[in-house]
Order: sequence, then C-alpha cells, then structure tokens
Amino acid sequence: MKFDTPAGTNPIDQLKVVGKATDRIDGPLKTTGTAPYAYERHGVVANQAYGFILGAGIAKGRITALDAAAARAVPGVIAVVTAENAGKLGKGKWNTAALLGGPEIQHYHQAVALVVAETFEQARDAAGLIRVAYQAENGAYDLAAARDGATVAKDEPDSAIGDFAGAFAAAPVRLDATYTTPDQGHAMMEPHATIAAWNGDKLTLWTSNQMINWGVKDVAQTLGMPEENIRLISPYIGGGFGGKLFVRSDALMAALGAKAAGRPVKVALTRPLMFNNTTHRPATIQRIRIGATRDGRITAIGHESWSGDLPGGKPETAVQQTRLLYAGANRLTAMRLAVLDLPEGNAMRAPGEAPGLMALEVAMDEMAEKLGMDPIQFRILNDTQEDPEKPGRPFSQRQLIACLQQGAQRFGWAKRNPKPASVREGRWLVGMGVAAGFRNNLVTKSAARVRLDGQGMVTVETDMTDIGTGTYTIIAQTAAETMGVPLDKVAVRLGDSGFPVSCGSGGQWGANNSTAGVYAACMKLRQAVARKLGFNAAEPRFADGQVSSGGHTVPLGQAARDGELVAEDMIEYGDLDKKYQQSTFAGHFVEVAVDVATGEVRLRRMLAVCAAGRILNPKSARSQVIGAMTMGAGAALMEELAVDKRRGFFVNHDLAGYEVPVHADIPHQEVVFLDEVDPISSPMKAKGVGELGICGVGAAVANAIYNATGVRVRDYPITLDKILDHLPDIA
Amino acid sequence: MNPVMNKVSFTVNGAARTLEVDTRTTLLDALREHLRLTGTKKGCDHGQCGACTVIVDGRRVNSCLTLAVMHEGGSVTTVEGLGMPDKLHPMQAAFVKHDGYQCGYCTPGQICSAVAVLEEIKAGIPSHVTASLADAPRATNAEMRERMSGNICRCGAYSNILDAMAEVAGQRTAGQQNGKDPA
Repeated sequence: MKFDTPAGTNPIDQLKVVGKATDRIDGPLKTTGTAPYAYERHGVVANQAYGFILGAGIAKGRITALDAAAARAVPGVIAVVTAENAGKLGKGKWNTAALLGGPEIQHYHQAVALVVAETFEQARDAAGLIRVAYQAENGAYDLAAARDGATVAKDEPDSAIGDFAGAFAAAPVRLDATYTTPDQGHAMMEPHATIAAWNGDKLTLWTSNQMINWGVKDVAQTLGMPEENIRLISPYIGGGFGGKLFVRSDALMAALGAKAAGRPVKVALTRPLMFNNTTHRPATIQRIRIGATRDGRITAIGHESWSGDLPGGKPETAVQQTRLLYAGANRLTAMRLAVLDLPEGNAMRAPGEAPGLMALEVAMDEMAEKLGMDPIQFRILNDTQEDPEKPGRPFSQRQLIACLQQGAQRFGWAKRNPKPASVREGRWLVGMGVAAGFRNNLVTKSAARVRLDGQGMVTVETDMTDIGTGTYTIIAQTAAETMGVPLDKVAVRLGDSGFPVSCGSGGQWGANNSTAGVYAACMKLRQAVARKLGFNAAEPRFADGQVSSGGHTVPLGQAARDGELVAEDMIEYGDLDKKYQQSTFAGHFVEVAVDVATGEVRLRRMLAVCAAGRILNPKSARSQVIGAMTMGAGAALMEELAVDKRRGFFVNHDLAGYEVPVHADIPHQEVVFLDEVDPISSPMKAKGVGELGICGVGAAVANAIYNATGVRVRDYPITLDKILDHLPDIA
Repeated sequence: MNPVMNKVSFTVNGAARTLEVDTRTTLLDALREHLRLTGTKKGCDHGQCGACTVIVDGRRVNSCLTLAVMHEGGSVTTVEGLGMPDKLHPMQAAFVKHDGYQCGYCTPGQICSAVAVLEEIKAGIPSHVTASLADAPRATNAEMRERMSGNICRCGAYSNILDAMAEVAGQRTAGQQNGKDPA
C-alpha cells in the first residue's frame, strides 16, 4: 500500500479497539516470567554450551600475546575463540568498531576472547585465566581537549539561514552560553544475549535485537555468509533504548563459539562488560546563542555542538531540534566531531534531541529571564507553524502552544514565583520548571503478513519487535479493528527474520509504521475474504467477527473454510514527509524541592502534555512517556559515565556505579495526550511517542532547580556538589 | 581442577527438588539453568538491580548473591510460584491492570519484591523512612518506594508499579496517591 496522499476515513477511524486503553496482551506472560528472553530458550535446541566473553584491558593498541593454555586446561572447556582462530571477519554496516578485537584493539572491553565450556561457572573461571599482553598506544579520551581539533562530520553540514552573526550582534537582548552533557549508558535490564546454533551452513540466533533485518544483514556481512542462511529470532527484548539496534559481540561470539564447539552456544554480556563493550550516548559540548528584540522575538538563534566518536563514527546530532523548534529569521547550526578512542558512541533514546533539548530549553529559560518574560510566554511568542528554514513548508500538526498552555493550567503554573529561591517549605527550597518537548516523526516502510483460519482467528506475522513499547498489543488492536474481530481473536507473532520485514523498533518510528504495515496487510486480506465469499460489492462490512454485504452476513472464518487465507503487504510512503514537517510536541512541567542544607534534589511532581497524533493504546503510550520522563530525570540528576581520561574507559561500568533512577527518585507522574489525528502521517494517523517523553524533561528539571535555588547549572548531571556552594544561607 | 560438586535439596514453589551443583553455582543459576525456571531474571549478577529477587524462607533475597548450596532444606518461591497466566496472583494481576512493566525483564523481581514488601510492612519491619519505630509502619507511598528501591526498572514503570502495589495493599485507590514528596 502506497501512502502518498493524506488519509481519508478508513476502518481504523471506527476506534472500537484502536485508541482504547488496553491491557497488554503479553501481560500475563511477562508478569509470570513465562515470556522467553534470548538466554532462556532451553527448549529451542539441545546440548547448549556456555560462552563467556573476555574484554580488552586497554583502550587502544595491540595484543602482543594471548595465552589461553591455562583456560583450555580447565575441565569442561570446549573451545577458546580469539581473533587468531576466528577466521576472516567483516564488519557490519551499523558497527563502528569490530565486535572481536585483536590484534588491533579499538576500545576498552572490546571482546578479545570467548571461552566455551560445559557450564557457566567453568567458562567464567577459564576466561579469567587467559593472559593477554598488550602494547598500549596513546589515545584521545577527553572531549574538551579534543574539541579544537574536531571537524565537520560526513553528511552533517552546517545549516545557515539569513545572517546569524549580524543579527546576533545587533540584537538588544542576547544569550551566549555553553552547556555540557556527559556520556550516558542505555543500561537496559536484560543484558545483550544470544543462543547460536549451526545446522550445516545455516545459522540461527535467538537474540535480543530491536532491528531484525539490520541484524541479519550485519551478521551476514560480518561472517561473510549469505543472508538467507541466517535466521534471527527475538520475540521478547528486555529493553533496548537504542542499545540493541545493532548486532553486538554476544551474537557474533556465540556464532563463532558454536562453530568452534560444534554445538549450540549461549552467551550473555556480563553487566560490567556492557558499558564499555557496547554503545553509549556520546557526551556533548553545546554552545547556544540567542538574540531577541526587547519584546521577546527571536531574531537570531545559533546552536553548535561538539561530540566525539571512534574513527568512522558519527556525531551526536544535538542541534537537530533547533532547526525546527522556534521562529527566527537568522539561524545557524553546526556539529563538530572529534576522534575519541572511547567505546563506540551511538543512538540512545531520542539521539540528538535528548541532549540537545537539555541545553536548548535551559537556554530558552535563561533568555526568558533576561527578557523579564514568563518562559511559557516566551516560547509561545516564538512558535512557528512552518519549517523556519523553509517558509511555506508547514508542520502536519503542531500543538506546542496547546501543550504548554494546558500543562500550565493543570500544573498550577500561575502559582510559580518567577523570582528564584523565594519559595521555602521548611528545609526545602521549592521551584517549578518548564520545557518544550520535540521529536520528529519518521516514516519508513514496514511489511506484515496476516493469516485467517476457519475459526475466524487472525494471526499477524512481522519481524517487528516489542522492546517494552507495547507493540504486541497495538498490532493486535490494529488487526482487530481492521478485520472486525475482538482482540482475543488476534494472535501476534513478532521478531523473527522469517516474517516480512518491518520498520523495527527505534527512533520512535515503530508504532506508527508497523501498525500501518499491518493495516495494509489486513486491507489486502479483506479483499481476499470478499473474493472468497463472492461478495462483489465494493465495500463489505467487517464487524463483530462477521462479514456483511448486500444483505448477506457470514462469519469471517467462513472465508477460510477451504483453507487458510493469507495476505501480505507493506506500507510505503510517498513524499508527504517532504511536503510537511512531521513532528511530535510536548510541554514538560516539573516541581522540585532542594534541601537548603545539603543540596539534595527531590522531584515532587512531573507532568507531560503531549501532542503526538492518534494514540493507539493510551495505556501503553502513557507508560512510554512516563518511562522516558524517568530516564530524562536520570539524565538531569545522576547519569554520567565517568571517563578515565588517562586509560580511556568508563569507570563506573555497572549498575552500582552508573546510577539510574530508582523507585524512591520518581514521584507520581501525570501524562495528558491532546486530541490529535494526523492524516499526513499514515493511515493510522498516529505518530511516534516513545521518545517524546525524554525530550525536554531534563531541562524542565534543571529549570525547576534554578527556580528553587537560583543556581544555574549548565553541566549535567546536576549533582548536589554543583549546587551546594551556591545555595542561599540557611536562615 | 575438577569443579567441586555438592548435593542440595530444597523446595521450589512447593515442590521438593534435589540438585547436584558446582559449589560456585548461585541460587539464580540453579533456578534458571538447572531447574529451567527462567522467570527469575539475571540483570547484573552482582546484587545491583534486583531482577533476580525471589522469596526464600519468607524473605526476599537477590538470588545472584547467594549460592545454591547454602539453601539446604530451604523454601524458595519464584514468580512462577506466585501465579501463572491462567491464574495470576493479585499482584501480577495488578501489574497488568496498572501497566506496571514495559519490557518485562525486571518484572518478576519487582513482583516478588512487591509481594514481600507488603508482608514486611504488615510484619512491622521498619525501613529507612519509617518515621517512628514505636508505631507500626504503613504502606504509604514513601514506605513502598523506599523498600522497592533495590529493584531497578530502566523502562521507568515506577509510578505504575506503585499504583499496582497501592491497589493490592488496599490503602487507597489508584490515581489518588499523588501525595507530595518529600513532605
């Protein structure tokens, strides 16, 4: 199905199932521990051995000697795989560094060996007995130090509209401030894990991966084998947040280990290996300049960002939202990429916007204060209904003003004292902060297959994944709505490369595109049903498990009485995303209390008002938003991968050192979805929502801390040591 | 050196089980790898995340931090022992109703912890945030959040988990627990 004109009325608009707050259909499995994750598939193949990965002990250099004799001598050890005996390996398109290091080492904890043994304990013990000698080389590990040598990244040119320098210089009110965000880890709860089994030259990987088709292609490229000989199966994924977009060392080493051992092998990354072995969100240095008239109209807006990555890597696109969020005739954005020899930087939930808005939305708060304006009014005044770089190119929907205004009303913004450090409740300094949330809606093709059996049961198959996002349920809702059956007459099978290729899970594009693909396949199935039943009328009615046409009504399953009906289709897009800017918006509101003596920050209230197209399942969509708000609170207050600038690695590489929010950190969270349908986006009229919740919330926390204390921290995370010296005297 | 093996007998979800395990085998791996009760999750293997929480002899423990052979004669309850899809435990049902999970990987640990936390409060065991040791603790937001803080949920379902626990605790109805924190 080609989607190249705005959607008219279609079966989804019935909203009998879609749009209703629905318990997840996979809920009973997940809450009883019976949903099988990658490492747990005891039943899929017999005789599984255990693999354990050893990571490199240096950040950059070469292995000069690797002695695995003692490891091989451990009882139960079956094989030891290293670069020396692994054979020729390629590198996947989506990987920056090789997944198996040696002799060259590209980053700390790059995998250098896998021990395969009969038991986990034996493999772990033996891996600890491998002796590796290295020739270390000097590397670059400090972004601030590498900043001046950073260059323009490939495919990421500067953007310039009008005369930024001139307009900024001439502006009567100006802000020029620099912000930093640290390296951050995905820290999903399920470690990367894979069971690999060979059958002749065919390889099956039960793994934990967000993008099945990317994974197949990259395994093929890395192992130098045809894609059709590779099967990836990933029905349940214990969180990803971008960290499982790509094939990682667990998958490659399990495949190599299984080949060497001559039997299936399972491998999970240990938690302490994950932070340096896999990818992370790169740190940024961001300079923002805003110039405005005295009445608050932005005349110049400039955003520059510096980040680092391994050679061949990419920048953190932190300036992205600044090209689209606010009006202003004179504009500049630029990104510079430094070569750093830290582990590979890559996408983490809302790459670009998440750290970008942590800077931009604090800058907006600072600017509002300089102007003596309410920060909401300042944002509203500078709203734009068209792409500010391309006048005449409208947003498909843009309800940022409504998000901010409704949020203000609900949150009691009118009660906020604009003068910082002026609200005191006992030992607590109390403040409120606001920020705009912004994240683009990306459209990309997505396919599905739908089966109908004689009992009227509809089964959907697509290689789409559910990483906690609620995919199973919204796909079931889509099929139920389109085929006119109740939810329990739909079965959903996901995450298998044997199924049609979907959009996968990432960039908050999963929900809209994957359900649109399912809708397309269902519409094709409806045609097949009508044909089979001899219904010639243009539009038979599908409702209540029945099909009606010209006065005849028969059960849906009757169309499959002679055998299953199968339909497959995909959604493909025209140029509506060129003609219109498709984005999602939020107003984030946060109230904090800061201990006047210790600087401890406590979140008291959080509210997000979101405009993100049709909300397919308000229950799971709300969960996506509160989860992202939680991750954003972590980014604001605690998350930082501490860089050892001498040895080149992340020091706090476990969940005790890398702190993420826990129950006690997070208050009750409120989410409001504005009524919105976006017919420009897809037949579902939905947009992404999974990342919108993290976009802007960190800045809202920072702005609330400023309002509470009068302390403006521009270097995240806002830990108490950065506040303490600047707190007002204890009265 | 060959691994040192030991026999251990304990009860898991009401059934007597005997295993011959490497003495290095954690209770977690005994459950997941030997008994194939994979509902109990390995998130960190270091006692930092809580995904492996099970109930042993009535108390919750991180099963990654205790060796299997230490539990001779013990009684272990895992998430599978609380309820199964066709017969959910009230806490499991409340998690489904309040969407107290997303990816599902920390969920069994959260649920085992949640069940045990309410028992701890009922038993009068104080926590860091219990205001007075003289009074019996109550299942307030602050008490539950404090006691659940060893169970990390990176998907960030905390607010919903609290709603689920509050419902099971019967203290208040969901959505009305917007108490001011801290205060």
